Amino acid sequence: MNIHEYQAKQIFAKYGVPTPRGIVANTPRQAVANAHELGGKIWVVKAQIHAGGRGLGGGVKLARSIEEVEMYANQILGMQLVTHQTGPEGKLVQKVYIEEGADIVDELYLGVVLDRAREMPIIMASTEGGMEIENVAHDNPEKIIKVPVDPAIGFQGFHGRELVFGLGITDPAEQKKLISFASKLFKLYMENDAEMIEINPLIKTGSGDFLALDGKMGFDDSALGRHQDIEDMRDISEEDPDEREASQYGLSYVSLDGEIGCMVNGAGLAMGTMDTINYMGGTPANFLDVGGKANAETVAKGFEIILKNPKVKAIFVNIFGGIVRCDRIANGILEATKMVNVNVPVIVRLDGTNAPEAAEILKNANIANVIAATDLADGAAKAVAAAKQA
Amino acid sequence: MSILVNKDTKVIVQGFTGKEGTFHAEQCIAYGTNIVGGVTPNKGGQEHLGKPVFNTVREAVDATGATVSMVFVPPVFVADAVMEAAEAGIELAVVITEGAPVRDMQAAKAYAVKKGMKTIGPNCPGIITAEECKIGIMPGMIFKKGNVGLISKSGTLTYEGANQVCKEGFGISTAVGIGGDPIIGLSYKQLLPMFEADPETHAIVMIGEIGGDLEIQAAKLIEEQITKPVVAFIAGQTAPKGKRMGHAGAIVSGGAGTAAEKMAALEAAGVKVVVSPADIGKAVAEVLKK
Repeated sequence: MNIHEYQAKQIFAKYGVPTPRGIVANTPRQAVANAHELGGKIWVVKAQIHAGGRGLGGGVKLARSIEEVEMYANQILGMQLVTHQTGPEGKLVQKVYIEEGADIVDELYLGVVLDRAREMPIIMASTEGGMEIENVAHDNPEKIIKVPVDPAIGFQGFHGRELVFGLGITDPAEQKKLISFASKLFKLYMENDAEMIEINPLIKTGSGDFLALDGKMGFDDSALGRHQDIEDMRDISEEDPDEREASQYGLSYVSLDGEIGCMVNGAGLAMGTMDTINYMGGTPANFLDVGGKANAETVAKGFEIILKNPKVKAIFVNIFGGIVRCDRIANGILEATKMVNVNVPVIVRLDGTNAPEAAEILKNANIANVIAATDLADGAAKAVAAAKQA
Repeated sequence: MSILVNKDTKVIVQGFTGKEGTFHAEQCIAYGTNIVGGVTPNKGGQEHLGKPVFNTVREAVDATGATVSMVFVPPVFVADAVMEAAEAGIELAVVITEGAPVRDMQAAKAYAVKKGMKTIGPNCPGIITAEECKIGIMPGMIFKKGNVGLISKSGTLTYEGANQVCKEGFGISTAVGIGGDPIIGLSYKQLLPMFEADPETHAIVMIGEIGGDLEIQAAKLIEEQITKPVVAFIAGQTAPKGKRMGHAGAIVSGGAGTAAEKMAALEAAGVKVVVSPADIGKAVAEVLKK
């Protein structure tokens, strides 16, 4: 789960990670009130959406007067903000963050992520703040400093020294400030079961202070049960409504732009099914894992979600029955076709335990648009052919 | 021969009396797995499925001589269960549970490694040595005995792969579902050399997916150490960037961990890489008939 910048900064503040002062607003009026409350002469009006690249898309504006705060808040609130991470349709901006202007002398990058190869969190830092870190990693890998931190020992002084010397920070007072910053950031990463934190840029001000000018955080979904305060930050308007609906029924769904709907048990086989459709010249419309307990209700729900997509011309149901027997799944599919009006060809491949019985059930039911397949290759081929005919 | 487990392996079940633990322990016993007891705190002294229940793993190990534990406890108790097993001298913990927090697994795995205990999973179907010992939730009947070793991040692709291998007239020595979480126990790097050393295994199927770099590490190791033919499939060639595909670890983040780079690395290491999982069986037949 991801959160907004203003929420990340609330968590930063709780841990003493310094940020510029700011207040979130839902309306231009509130934005103006916030600017008055913050005081000063310069403010930044920042669109709050779960995507990077907001500035380039016109979602971050520097206001030099209260009138400008109001004007920019008016412009940004309600806009469909398009960035390289939102897709061409963009994302609706419903909140803006009003932040005091900062005196920027230098821009750095600081992040914490899980390093899967090292099996521990890693602090990443770079002098190339404000740039896409992936581009820096690609073009100038030597400009990224990586400091793995074993949680068994926690953040130690030497981790901090590796960071500051790596960044070329020589002033002892500045070193101390940045080490303290990183230490607090690591603590909040661990204590909140974060998956990633990214501060880009982390700025150095004229007075030699370090501030998180931006803040991005993602959390381990498996750990949200023990962080109600984080769960409360969930913004469902940022989530794909179909993916969300699917997850409420224990289904894992990701929409794609092809024509063949997929309903599969198991994440690996679901990806493998998409790959096979692609290999055979078709295009998958979605990833859908119905999980280990496929039954009439989950299959019906799956059909419903897949068919919401008007591009779908055929559906490939690919189930490898293990503990759950295929004959039961076949009956589930038949029931589901009664619960949902399935108006495209449905290719059904049931393999594994009691597969012959399942084939018999489907054959006897003799439903016009249900086509039986013998194995994965056969099913994918039939699905691709059906989609082409439609 | 086989790897890690066989008909003599003594197995206990942590989370023995729970719904999942009970159902699958019963299936394992029916398969022939030597389940010698289980652990559920505060149910020590009782009998369940005809086997003794203990309060702690240590008691269970002392009383039964078990060396392997199958873990079915709820997600937030996984780390505790794994560390308890490691502390009690268990040699291999097979963690079936899905949804354990990453931070917990990080700590539990580090501790297991320190104690010399191997782990499989979490969020995996388990391990099976065909017709001898099933420790997990896979349908036992599709695994016919034979000379193909199988390592997979995905449960249903394990079944798909094993089924195809058997339909081609071959069989499985041992199949290991390693799970698709960001931090897992044994992976290709440890398991490939075990299959290399197992005289009964003549070929190896490895099934990977997008996310992380375990398959890249495997490619390097195959090039250096593995002489037996390897067939590989990497799931998620058509997965969009930045989207989690069901498994917690199946995500291309920052452009890294794509199927294309893994397939290229494996191919360069001499592995027979198939583009569709539908071709796993045929590819195995091809490499074994050579």
